[in-house]
Amino acid sequence: MVRFSRVGLRYPEGEGAWALTGIDFALAPGSFTWLLGASGAGKSSLLGLMHLSLRATEGEVEVLDSRIARLPRRGFPALRRRIGVVFQDYRLLPHLSVFENAALPLRIQGLTEARLTADVREILRWVGLLDRAESPPTTLSGGEQQRLALARAVVARPSLLVADEPTGNLDAAQARRVIALLREMHRLGTTVIVATHSDALPEEYPAPMLRLDAGRLVSHG
Amino acid sequence: MAEARLRQLRGRDPLGLRRAFADRLLPALVGAMALLAALALAGADGAGRLAERWQQGEAGQLLMQLPRETPLEPVLARLSALPGVASVAPVPEERLRQLLAPWLGEVPDLPLPHMIAITLRMETDQIPLLEVVQTIPGAQLELRSEAVRLAMRLAEGLQGLSLAMLGIIGLVAAALVAVATRAGIAARRDTILILHELGARDGDIAGRFARRLAWLCALGALGGLVVAIPALWYLATQALPVVLARDVQPDDLPWAWLALLPAAAALIGWGTALVTLRAWLRRLP
Repeated sequence: MVRFSRVGLRYPEGEGAWALTGIDFALAPGSFTWLLGASGAGKSSLLGLMHLSLRATEGEVEVLDSRIARLPRRGFPALRRRIGVVFQDYRLLPHLSVFENAALPLRIQGLTEARLTADVREILRWVGLLDRAESPPTTLSGGEQQRLALARAVVARPSLLVADEPTGNLDAAQARRVIALLREMHRLGTTVIVATHSDALPEEYPAPMLRLDAGRLVSHG
Repeated sequence: MAEARLRQLRGRDPLGLRRAFADRLLPALVGAMALLAALALAGADGAGRLAERWQQGEAGQLLMQLPRETPLEPVLARLSALPGVASVAPVPEERLRQLLAPWLGEVPDLPLPHMIAITLRMETDQIPLLEVVQTIPGAQLELRSEAVRLAMRLAEGLQGLSLAMLGIIGLVAAALVAVATRAGIAARRDTILILHELGARDGDIAGRFARRLAWLCALGALGGLVVAIPALWYLATQALPVVLARDVQPDDLPWAWLALLPAAAALIGWGTALVTLRAWLRRLP
C-alpha cells in the first residue's frame, strides 16, 4: 500500500538541510497508523511525500503500489485522486459554499451534478454539516471547518487517507469527533495515517505508531 | 432544481476566476488593442486596394505600337506567353480613330499602326518584354511612368507597415494577457495548489484560465470594434474622394477581416493563458 525505502528529503529542491533521512517503513492496506513527533520533526514532510506534494531527494517512495520516482508526470493526477488529504489549516476555498467545497474532488473527476449530489449530501450528513450546505466555509467554527475538510478528503472514497494534525486547532470535544470520523473511515476499509504532536490521542485510541525525531524514524510499531 | 442549477454554475468556477481577473481593465486594454488593430487592418487593406487599382487601371497598362504590315496574331501570342503579363488586347482601329479625331479630324484613309494594350501583374520585371519588343522590327513600347512605379511602391510599403503594426499589436496583446494571467495566478495561487493536490490535471486548470481569458479578450475586442467601425467609416468618407475620386461604399471596409478580430483576440488570450499556466504548473511536484 505505502512503502518508504531509505527515503531522504532536503529543502529546498534537494539542496538545503535534510528534513528527513533514512526513512524505512510500510503501511499495510486497511491499516490505521499514528504519526507522532514534536513540531518540526518532519511529520508534514513525510505526509507531503505520501500525498505527492513533495518528491523524495533520495530513496524510494511507493504509494498505492506506484513507485513515485518512476511515475510519469501525467500519472500523478489519477494517483492523487485515490488519496484523501486533511490539512491542519483546512485549506477550504472561501469563495465556494460548504457543498461546493465538499464536491470539488468529484467535480475534478468529471462527475455530473446529478451524479455527485447524492454522494455529497451523504458525506455532509455523515460529518454533520448538511444543514450548512449552502453556507460559506468562513461562517463555520474551527471544528466544522475541519469536518468539512474531512468530508472533502473522503467524498471520492480514497484508498489512502492522510491527515496532518487534523485536531491541532480543535478543542477536545471537536477533536474526538474528528478522530471518530477518521476511525470510521478506517473501519470502512480505508488506509488511514494521522499525524499528531500529542501523545494523548494515541493513548485514547491505540493503533500502530510511527515516531519521528529530527527527521529520523525513531520507533515503528 | 434552481438550487442545483445555481450550484452547477458556481461549481464551474472553482478557481474564482471571475473575481481573480479585473473584469473591466483587461477587456478595456484589449479593446484599445483591437481599435489599433482595426485601423492597421483597414490601412493595409486600403493600401492594397490602391496599389491594385493603379496596377490594373490605366496606369498599370502599357501600350505597344506595331507597324501596320506586321502580323498581329504571332505578336499577341508571344506577349501572352511572357511571365508577368496579365492580359494582352489589341486596341480596335475604330477606337484609335475616335481617340485621334480631336487632333486629326476625320481621316478614314490615314493608315494607323496596330496598338496593343498590355497589362502587367504587380512587380513584374519588364526586361523580357523589352527584349521581345527589340526583336520585332518597328515595334515601340510606352514604358510605365516612374511616378506610377513610385506611387505603387509607396502603397505597398504602407501595406507592409500596416501588417507589421498588426503583428506588433498581436504581440503586445499577448504580453498583456500573460501579465493578466500571472496576476490571476497570484490572486488564486492557493486555490490552484489545492485543485492540483486534489488531482486536477494541468490541462484542466490551465483550460479554465484560458477559457476565461479568451472570453474577456473577445469581449474587449468586440468593444474596440464597436468604436473602430464608425471611426473607419469617417476616415474612408474623408480619404476616398481625394485618393480614388469617388464616394465611400459599404464594401470599402474590410468587413471580413474586422469580423475576425474578436476571434483572433480570443485565440491570443486562450493560447497565451494556456502556455503561461502550463509553464507555471510544470514547476509544481
